[in-house]
Amino acid sequence: MTTADLLGKILQVVMGLAIFAAVVGLLIFFIDKAPKKGRDYWQLGLFLLPAMLFVAIGLVYPAIRTSFLAFQDNSGAWTLDNFIWMFTQPAAIRTLINTFIWVALAPIVSTVIGLAYAVFIDRSRGEKYYKVILFMPIAISFVGASVIWRFVYEYRSGGREQIGLLNAIVVALGGEPVQWMQTDPINTILLIVIMIWVQTGFAMVLLSAAIKGVPTEQIEAAQLDGTNAWQRFRNVTVPGIRGALVVVFTTISIATLKVFDIVRTMTAGNFDTSVVANEMYTQAFRASEIGRGSALALILFVFVLPIIIYNVNVLRKQREIR
Amino acid sequence: MSSVAPADLPIGRELADGEAIELADSEPGTKTARVKKRLTSRTATIASIIIAVVWTIPTFGLLVSSFRPAELIQTTGWWTIFQNPGFTLENYQNVLFSASRSSPQLGAYIVNSIAITLLGTLITLVFASMAAYAFAWIRFKWVNWLFIFVFALQIIPLQMSLVPLLQIFSTWLRPMQAWLHDVVPIIPEQNYLPLWLAHAMFGLPLAIFLLHNFIAEIPADVIEAAKVDGATHGQIFFRIVLPLATPALASFAIFQFIWVWNDLLVALIFSGGTQDVAPITQRLAELVGTRGQDWQLLTAAAFISIIIPLIVFFALQRYFVRGLLAGATKG
Amino acid sequence: MRLTRHRRWIGPVAVAAAAGLALTACTGDIAQQDAADTDCADYEEYGTFDGAEVTVAGTILDLEADRLVESWADFETCTGITVDYQGSSEFEAQIAVLAEGGNAPDVGIVPQPGLLNRLADGGWLIPASQPVVDNIDEWWDPIWKEYATVDGTVYAAPLMASVKGWVWYSPAEFEENGYEIPQTLDELSALSDQIAADSGRQPWCVGLESGDATGWPGTDWIEDYMLRLHGADVYDQWVTHGIPFNDPQVAEAFDAVGAYLKNEEMVNGGIGDVSTLVTEAFQTGGLPILDGECSLHHQASFYETFWNPEGGDANTVASDGTVFGFLLPPANADDPLSVTGGGEFPVAFRDAEEVEAFRHYLSSDTWANNRVSLGGVVSANKGLDPENASSELLVQAVEILQDPETTFRFDGSDLMPGAVGADSFWKGIVAWVGGESTPQVLDTIEASWPAS
Repeated sequence: MTTADLLGKILQVVMGLAIFAAVVGLLIFFIDKAPKKGRDYWQLGLFLLPAMLFVAIGLVYPAIRTSFLAFQDNSGAWTLDNFIWMFTQPAAIRTLINTFIWVALAPIVSTVIGLAYAVFIDRSRGEKYYKVILFMPIAISFVGASVIWRFVYEYRSGGREQIGLLNAIVVALGGEPVQWMQTDPINTILLIVIMIWVQTGFAMVLLSAAIKGVPTEQIEAAQLDGTNAWQRFRNVTVPGIRGALVVVFTTISIATLKVFDIVRTMTAGNFDTSVVANEMYTQAFRASEIGRGSALALILFVFVLPIIIYNVNVLRKQREIR
Repeated sequence: MSSVAPADLPIGRELADGEAIELADSEPGTKTARVKKRLTSRTATIASIIIAVVWTIPTFGLLVSSFRPAELIQTTGWWTIFQNPGFTLENYQNVLFSASRSSPQLGAYIVNSIAITLLGTLITLVFASMAAYAFAWIRFKWVNWLFIFVFALQIIPLQMSLVPLLQIFSTWLRPMQAWLHDVVPIIPEQNYLPLWLAHAMFGLPLAIFLLHNFIAEIPADVIEAAKVDGATHGQIFFRIVLPLATPALASFAIFQFIWVWNDLLVALIFSGGTQDVAPITQRLAELVGTRGQDWQLLTAAAFISIIIPLIVFFALQRYFVRGLLAGATKG
Repeated sequence: MRLTRHRRWIGPVAVAAAAGLALTACTGDIAQQDAADTDCADYEEYGTFDGAEVTVAGTILDLEADRLVESWADFETCTGITVDYQGSSEFEAQIAVLAEGGNAPDVGIVPQPGLLNRLADGGWLIPASQPVVDNIDEWWDPIWKEYATVDGTVYAAPLMASVKGWVWYSPAEFEENGYEIPQTLDELSALSDQIAADSGRQPWCVGLESGDATGWPGTDWIEDYMLRLHGADVYDQWVTHGIPFNDPQVAEAFDAVGAYLKNEEMVNGGIGDVSTLVTEAFQTGGLPILDGECSLHHQASFYETFWNPEGGDANTVASDGTVFGFLLPPANADDPLSVTGGGEFPVAFRDAEEVEAFRHYLSSDTWANNRVSLGGVVSANKGLDPENASSELLVQAVEILQDPETTFRFDGSDLMPGAVGADSFWKGIVAWVGGESTPQVLDTIEASWPAS
């Protein structure tokens, strides 16, 4: 990299910032100058315009394309083969069950631990240092995380020295080392542990932000009423952050449905650990079977429907309250 | 943190309704209350320390391993470092200073990563908060359904978007980039623009969803009062909504920063992988060698690449402030 | 108030920028090679291009990437073409995306004929120019041309090559016990039994773990046995689905391999029992030979570089060194030599003279000798001087590849459709060594073969 290269890069960033600021400024200008007639309508449109434009190009159009691809074979002819293949391959049922276990466990455990931790450390001295501990797993790159967990789950046969922490503990307690990643069904659970390890920090940071939004007066009032900490938590804090809880839970659920790199790097989907997202990635990008991959992507969408319906209900209630 | 104190707001504390009693001395007065407080905090302290330790051990193992030679890493557990001493900085040295002909400098990659992440985060944050505000506070019949639709887009796997988006960029953006390169030669033809746009596109549904919740929970009275005072939506957005949503904005900014920082896929697909644009993740990924033989370098690489996200995390902590909504409760 | 907030942002940004500058300074620029020092006589036929640039991408990383870049340094100096190479371990998964999206590099170094086929089917590849085709005809065995031909169009010349099916052993151990290099598969089996009896431990050590590609070293075993037991014709039918994957001949090859891989008496020397095959990384699978805990290890020629996991050259690879390899023998002593192997094909995505000039150079014997002299790899280019190979084993590999009597076949899983060769075959191997029966596994793999 020469100095000219560096200058070019800095110039790009400066130009990027300037253009971006100009775009936002212009939008706000037009928002404030919107015609009186149908004013809210215009303003709404302008507020939404950039995001909707981006989403339409980057996600909606690809989603439509994916839906079409799911019904095509490699030569482009229309077919249902991708779906037939999907449900007739021997591991199909197991993959669906595994996906279900993932969604049932990872979001709830991450959210609960994240919430508990956020509440415990709230207002404590060194709060941000406590926070960074749970935050580290998200910040570390996934390649790094996969090495981390190799040092936990690694197996060496009986006589050899264990380099995996879990087996070292088992051996120290007098047990026989276990092939964690090869033993069904514990392997799926242990893979989910990795997901929980990563996502708890996400839950914690967001819930912590929400807790700080709960008016102190309410907590103090409850305190005056002689309630204990648990009651205050149940009756003041939780209602105060209900919205954030739903958001965190939903987001982790969707992330769990989509996650494939944990399974890929740890077991490659062997030993009955595969999930739908992993099959999707494998078919679309390793096997070049884009139709099969697309069909699996549609299945993911079906999985997410209950979560969406739940959110619709929450949103409706929220609107009613207001 | 005084800069976003509610004193700026066009409304005052008089909005507080009966439930929230202003307490001059909020110290827990009675003996029992004090005892209980201490008790819970002791359990809480123990519990949080346990969680913290459990969460740290795996990462700590990686940290220890990053200072050990490859052979020891593969034959002995990291916790036996005192029985099997062997301390080396070689892993870090290799990651930081091994200049190879094919990818000579780490510096260029770090600059790229910072450049990509800066706007990749900012664009997402601003556009998402604008959309979230509109979804939360501008009333139309179908707008809720549009919001549900946008939030449901989160499920679309990024991988499925790559080809169509790349085709669009190749057709429309590439000529612009080439033109820019002709006008300003020091800006290379492969520039950051497609990466900024792609990261914003992929980050928006989640961003809108997260921010919407926080922005929607701003008490209606606050917004209504501002409207009565004649504030436009633009003014409400900048003067009231953004300051009140600071903790949420800060938390999302942190996450978007990390996702963009740690991204390899989007960078490789949209940047063409050249040194002009490629982020540090690309350099780190190729360290392991064609057949993954040097994977122990990943231990050091993980800690080198986490430094800047951690700085950002600590820098943004100041925006996690309590009581922005003090004095105003749900109406 | 606004001002203070801005200042808070400026601080970190400035620090980061300064750090970036510092890093730039301390890593520095790589000096450009001086054109005056280079003898350009060999490069005149490629012409000169002022300021032309060719971007190249592939799976080759790190040290090997450095050598690759070095191999065309003179070409760059003499022709004025700048070649920019980018390696990525995700290249195979991404190249189709990049091609379809219109952002492909000028040249992609594709390590599988199956992938080349798919890219050609997509209509994204530029056919090889006449000088390249001429070079293929002149320097390569015709089978290589077939691998780069789709529907009668030749798309690329081969680049490097590797020979698979080496059995690694310790020459000292063999000499001490009077073991002979086996000449047939039956002798190999007898030798294995004898070592097991003499040493009282399993003679073979195997590592099949390779992250998301776990199982591939097992597919190499099967391919070697398919070729040796049933010959090249059946092998070709097998990889093109001319015979089904659950054909009895395939089952025969699986069972022959199973006599080692699924046999507690045979594996996993120095590592554990059969179940450890899938937990042991392929990179370390052969190392127990160094400790005398295992005697035989099956792996391609690239394994040469893995014998010194700490770097250096304490463990020598030579017929009188610490370890050496013999080629997996044929089924009968008088069968012709048959080997499986791999290689790369530099395909072009941009139709330009400088790209073809570059590919022309890569297909020449000049390049082959340049690259092989730098060490670590071989090429099947017949213009290559075997003495340029960096080790005794690689010299042998070159001689095998250049011998007109040798039947060479590409690694079968690289020829099959990705759904089989990069997924169900690997997974099948894992399930199979994990205890599933041969027919069961073959039926599963057969079912995964794409219809079109």
